[in-house]
Amino acid sequence: MVLELSACTGVQSALNPAADDAARLARLSAVLFVGAGVIFFGVSALLLHAIYARPERRRWLGRRQAVVAGGLVFPIVTLTALLVYGFGVLRLTNIPADNGSLRIEVVGEQYWWRVRYLPEAAEAAFTTANELQVPIGRRIELIVTSADVIHAIWIPNFAGKVDMIPGRVTRLTFIAEKPGVYRGQCTEFCGDQHARMAFDVVALEPAAFDAWRRQQAEKAQEPATDFLERGRTLFFRNGCGNCHAVRGTEAKGQLGPDLTHVGSRRSIGAAQFPNNVGTLAGWIADTQHLKRGARMPSFGSLSGEDLRALAGYVASLR
Amino acid sequence: MNAPDTPELFEHPPKQPPHATPRPAEELGGLKKAWETPKGWRLVTAVNNVYVGIWYVATAFVFFILAGILALIMRTQLARPEGAVVGHDLYNQLFTMHGTVMMFLFAVPAVEAASVYLLPNMQAARDLPFPRLSAYAFWAYLIGGLVFFTSLFWGVAPNTGWYMYPPLTSYRYSPGDNADWWLLGIGFIEISAIAGAIEIIVGVMKTRSVGMSIDKLPVYSWAMLVFAVMIVVGFPAIILGTILLELERAFHWPFFIAEKGGDPLLWQHLFWFFGHPEVYIIFLPATGMVSMIVPTMAQTPLVGYRLVVLALIATGFLSFGLWVHHMYTTGLPKISFSFFSAASIAVAVPSGIQVFAWIATIAAGRLKLTTPSLFIIGFLVIFTLGGLTGVMVAVAPFDWQAHDTYFIVAHLHYVLIGGMVFPLFAAFYYWAPVASKRALSERLGKWVFALMFIGVNIAFFPMHIAGLIGMPRRVYTYPVNMGLDGLNLVSTAGAFMIAAGVAVFLYDLARNFRFAVDDNAGNVWGAGTLEWLPNGTYATRSIPYVESRDPLWTRRTLSKEVEDGAWYLPGNPTGWREALVTSPIEGHPQYILQIPGPGWAHVLAAVFTAAFFLLLTVKAVYPAFACGVVALGCVIWWAWQLDPGPIRPPADIGGGIVLPVYVTGPMNHAWWAMIVLMVVSGMTFTCLIFSYLFLWVVNPGTWPPAGLTLPGWIGPGLAGCLYLTASGAIALASRFLRGEDRRSPYAVPVLIALALPLALGANALDLWTQWHSGLSPEAHAYGACVFAIIALQAFFVATTAIMGVFTIARWLAGKLDSVRRSTFDNTMLFWHYTTAQGLLGLLVTYGFPHVTGG
Repeated sequence: MVLELSACTGVQSALNPAADDAARLARLSAVLFVGAGVIFFGVSALLLHAIYARPERRRWLGRRQAVVAGGLVFPIVTLTALLVYGFGVLRLTNIPADNGSLRIEVVGEQYWWRVRYLPEAAEAAFTTANELQVPIGRRIELIVTSADVIHAIWIPNFAGKVDMIPGRVTRLTFIAEKPGVYRGQCTEFCGDQHARMAFDVVALEPAAFDAWRRQQAEKAQEPATDFLERGRTLFFRNGCGNCHAVRGTEAKGQLGPDLTHVGSRRSIGAAQFPNNVGTLAGWIADTQHLKRGARMPSFGSLSGEDLRALAGYVASLR
Repeated sequence: MNAPDTPELFEHPPKQPPHATPRPAEELGGLKKAWETPKGWRLVTAVNNVYVGIWYVATAFVFFILAGILALIMRTQLARPEGAVVGHDLYNQLFTMHGTVMMFLFAVPAVEAASVYLLPNMQAARDLPFPRLSAYAFWAYLIGGLVFFTSLFWGVAPNTGWYMYPPLTSYRYSPGDNADWWLLGIGFIEISAIAGAIEIIVGVMKTRSVGMSIDKLPVYSWAMLVFAVMIVVGFPAIILGTILLELERAFHWPFFIAEKGGDPLLWQHLFWFFGHPEVYIIFLPATGMVSMIVPTMAQTPLVGYRLVVLALIATGFLSFGLWVHHMYTTGLPKISFSFFSAASIAVAVPSGIQVFAWIATIAAGRLKLTTPSLFIIGFLVIFTLGGLTGVMVAVAPFDWQAHDTYFIVAHLHYVLIGGMVFPLFAAFYYWAPVASKRALSERLGKWVFALMFIGVNIAFFPMHIAGLIGMPRRVYTYPVNMGLDGLNLVSTAGAFMIAAGVAVFLYDLARNFRFAVDDNAGNVWGAGTLEWLPNGTYATRSIPYVESRDPLWTRRTLSKEVEDGAWYLPGNPTGWREALVTSPIEGHPQYILQIPGPGWAHVLAAVFTAAFFLLLTVKAVYPAFACGVVALGCVIWWAWQLDPGPIRPPADIGGGIVLPVYVTGPMNHAWWAMIVLMVVSGMTFTCLIFSYLFLWVVNPGTWPPAGLTLPGWIGPGLAGCLYLTASGAIALASRFLRGEDRRSPYAVPVLIALALPLALGANALDLWTQWHSGLSPEAHAYGACVFAIIALQAFFVATTAIMGVFTIARWLAGKLDSVRRSTFDNTMLFWHYTTAQGLLGLLVTYGFPHVTGG
C-alpha cells in the first residue's frame, strides 16, 4: 500500500500562517529569532574578545562592572521589554469567542478525533471525524476535551495548540484567512499510535463552506447499485454499526468515527491514508497491521469480493 | 557536652602553622591504619568518599552511555520517514527510558557522585559526615538502576514518557507492569538522591577547612548547597505524586480520574513542581564546576564571586516559581500565565550573571586553550543558545506553537548537553589528575571536544526547524513530503558524531586513567583550591587554615605544610576515622567527629531495599515484604554502631585549640541531618495537603461528595490529645536526661514505652473514625485524599515507633545517658514532628469539610 498522503511541505507549519493567531505568533517568532540571533552573536563576540584580544584591549571586560552591565542590567532591560511585548501578544491571542463565532466541539480519542459542529440559526448540528472544514474570515471556536487520556490539538498554520484533558473543557479560537488544505496533529503523547493521530483541515470561502456544511448535515446516501447494496448488508452483518453511526440507517454506534459522509473526507485512519476504495478495503481487512493499537479490529476473514463491496459501500457514503 | 564557644579564635589569623615539623612517624601510621581500605572482595564494604565517589561517577557514566545508545536507536528509526527499524511499542519504551535514565540515573546521580568525590577534597575534609549513607545511596542506586534498565530487555519498560501523565499511566490505559517499573524503580532512586542531598547539606555546612568562612567557600560548594536544598524541597513533590499514582494504580484510589472527582492536572502540578527545579538541580552543580575550572585556566580569581553566589541562590529560589510554564497549553487562565511567564523570563538573569562572570574572568586573566577550556567554551556557546530558546518558550504565546514539538527537543538538549554534559566533560579532563596517576590526553581530548561540539549542533540545531514546521515530540515516525526528511537525516548523522566523540573519550580513559589515591598526577593546571593538596585515603594529612578563596595561590608553601602535618589535626586522637566539624558561618572548629568506617550493614541494607522495591514492582508481595524486613533489620544494625559517645577527653588539634570528640544538640551533625529530614517530611506532607486543597477547588460544592456524613469531633479530639500526651511524655523524658553526670534514669525508657501506644492509638483511632463514617477511599477523590493523609501519618507513626523501641534498646544496652544522648535527641525531634503532622492532618481532614459545607 502506498503510504503517501497528499501531504506536502508547509501544510503543518507554524512558519506558513493562514490564520490571524498563527500570523501573530509567526511575527512574534521572527522578533524572537532576530533578537536571540543578535544576542547570541554579541555574547560569542565578547567571549572571543575575552580570549583573543590583547590584554590592554580586553581589560574593561574583566571587571565586576562588566558582569553587572552584561549579566544584570542588559538582561533586565531587554527581558522587561520582551515581557511587555509578550503580554501584548498574549492578550490578543486565543481571545474569547463572540456570538458570531462558529463553534465546533472536538473530542480527542485514542487515536482519532470526533468532530461535532454545533447548531447555529438555521444550520443543523452534525458529527464527523478526523476532518475540520472552516470558513475563512470568521472567528472559529474549537471547544475541546478528551474521552480517554490527554491529547492536544495543534493546527500550526492556524493557531497555537491546546490540551484536551478528560474532565476539563479547553478552547481555541482563530480566524482562518487563506483558503487551502492544512493538517493538524496530536501533540500530547497519548499511547501506542500517538504518531498516527492527525487530521485534515480545509479552509473554504464562506459559500463553499455553507454548501459543505449542509451536505454534511444530511442523512447518508442510499446505495446506488446492487453491489453497494451488498456492501451495506455486509456492513450490518459484520457489526460495523455497533461502533460506527451512519445517519439514516440503523447504524448508531458511537465508539468509532461517524461514517455518514466518510466518502467525502480527504483521508482515512486519522489522516494516515488517502481515501479511496482500495485504501478503505485495506484498512478494513488489516487495521491492526496499518495502525496497531487502534481500537478497531482487523476484519481479515472477508472474501475479496465481499471486501470490495463493503469498501465500495463505505466509499459511496459521500 | 558542649563545644567551646570561641568567637575570638581567629581574630588574628594564624601566620604560621601550629605544629612543628617533622611530626612523629607513628602519627601518620595511625591515620593510615584508621583509613585503611578493605582489601579484595571486602572492597564493597568501603565507605571512603574517594572510592564511593569514583564508583558512583563511573556508574552514572555507564547509564549515560546506555541511555545514549537508546538515543542512537531512536535516531536510526527517525533517519527516514515511515522508518521500520523499531516498532511503535519499542520506540515508546525507548524514548521513555532515554529521558528517564538520562534524568534520574545519569544527570542527578552524576552531579551528586562528582560531589561525593570532590566536595570533601575541596573543603579539606577527611570525608563526608555520613560516609555510610552515601555508600548506601550508591549501592541502592547501582542495583536499582541496573535492574530498572533491564526492564527494557523483557519488553516491560515504561512506555508513557518520563513525565508519566495520567490518565494514560493509570490502571485503565496502562494495565501492564510498565508504569510500575517507573513509579517504584524511580521512586526509590529519588530516595537515594535525597539521602545524598542530606549528606551534601551537612557536608557543606559542617565539615570545612579551618577558617573557611561562608564568604571563602568555593563556588562549587555553594552550588552543591543550593542543589541539595532544591532536592530537599523539590523531590518530595514527585515522591508524593509517585505514591498517589501508585495508590491509584494498585488500589484504585481516584486522585487523577476526572469522573470520580480527581484531576489529571494535579499530577502535572506535582510533577513540574519537582520537574522544573530538576533542570536547575542538574545545571547548578555544572556551573559550580565551571566556576572552579575557569579561574584555573585563566590563572586569576573568579570575577564577581558574590554576584555568582547570589545568582546561584536566586536561580534556586526562582526555579520553584515557574513550573506552570510546562502547562501553558492546559487552558489555565491567562493571568496565571503572566506571572509564570515573568518568573520564567526572570530566571534568565542569574544565568546571564554567571555567563558574564566567566567571560569577565577569562578577560581578566589569560585563558590557556586546554581541553577543559575548550569544553567550557563549547558550554558557553551551546548553553547561551539553549538559554535564548528558553527565553522564547517562556513567552506563553510562542510556547503555544513550540510546546511538545521538536523545537522543545532541541531547546532542552541544548540546555542539558550544553549546560551539564559539556561542563561534566570539562570536569573529567580537569579533575582526572586528582583521581588518576596520569592526566587524560590533551590531544585525544581535543578530538572528543571537536566531535561532540560539532555533533551536538548538527544533531540538535535542525530540530528547531523540524518542530516549527510541524514535527511533534514522541512520534515513532513521520509522513514523507512534509519537509522533515532531510532535517531528520542530518540530526541522525549528528547523533552518531556525538557517539564517536564519546567513544574517543572511552579510549582516552582506557589508555590514561589509572585510579590513584596518594600517587595522583598532582596539580598539573596550577589550580588554587584545596582539592589539589597532596592526598591520601585520609584526604589531606593536616587541615589548613584558609585565608582566601584560592588558598594555594595566596600561600605557596601550603601544600608542603599540609603534607608535613604542620596544620591542624595531623593525627587521629580517637584512633578512629575522624572529621573536623566546623561552624556553619565562620568555619571555626567545633568538635572532632568520629565517622564510621567500612561495614556490611549499609551494603546489605541497600541490597534488600532495592530488592523490596523491585519485587514489589513485579507484584511478588510476600518476598518483597520479607526483603523489606531484612532491609529494616540491616538499617537498625547499622544505626546501632553509631552514636559512640565521648570515648576520650577533648583533644588538642594544634594552636591551643582543644576540641571535644562528642557533642549533642544544634552543633551536632546528626541533629542537622534530622532537621533536613524533617524539611523533606514536611514538604511531602505539604504536597499532600496541596493535593487535598487542589482537588477541593476542582470539586466546588462536592467536597465532601453529597450523601456523606462527616464524623463528629470526639474521635479526632481524642486522637489529638493522644498525640500531644505522647509528645509531652517524650519532652518529660528529655528533662530527666539532663546533666553532665552521665545519669541514665529509669524514667526515660518507661516514658518512651508509655508514649508509644498513645501515638499508635491516635493514628488507629483516626483511621477507625473515618472508616466508620462510611468513607471509602475508592469511591471519590475526597475519600482517597483523607485516607492518603491517614496512611502517610501511619508511616510516620510506625517510623517513630521503631525509633522509640530502638532508643529503649539503647538504654537497656547502657548506650544512652545524659551526655551520650544523640540517639534520644533525634528520636525526640522526629517524634515532635510526627505529632505536629498528625495534628495538622486531623485539623484538615475533620475541620476543613465543615468549612466547605459537608
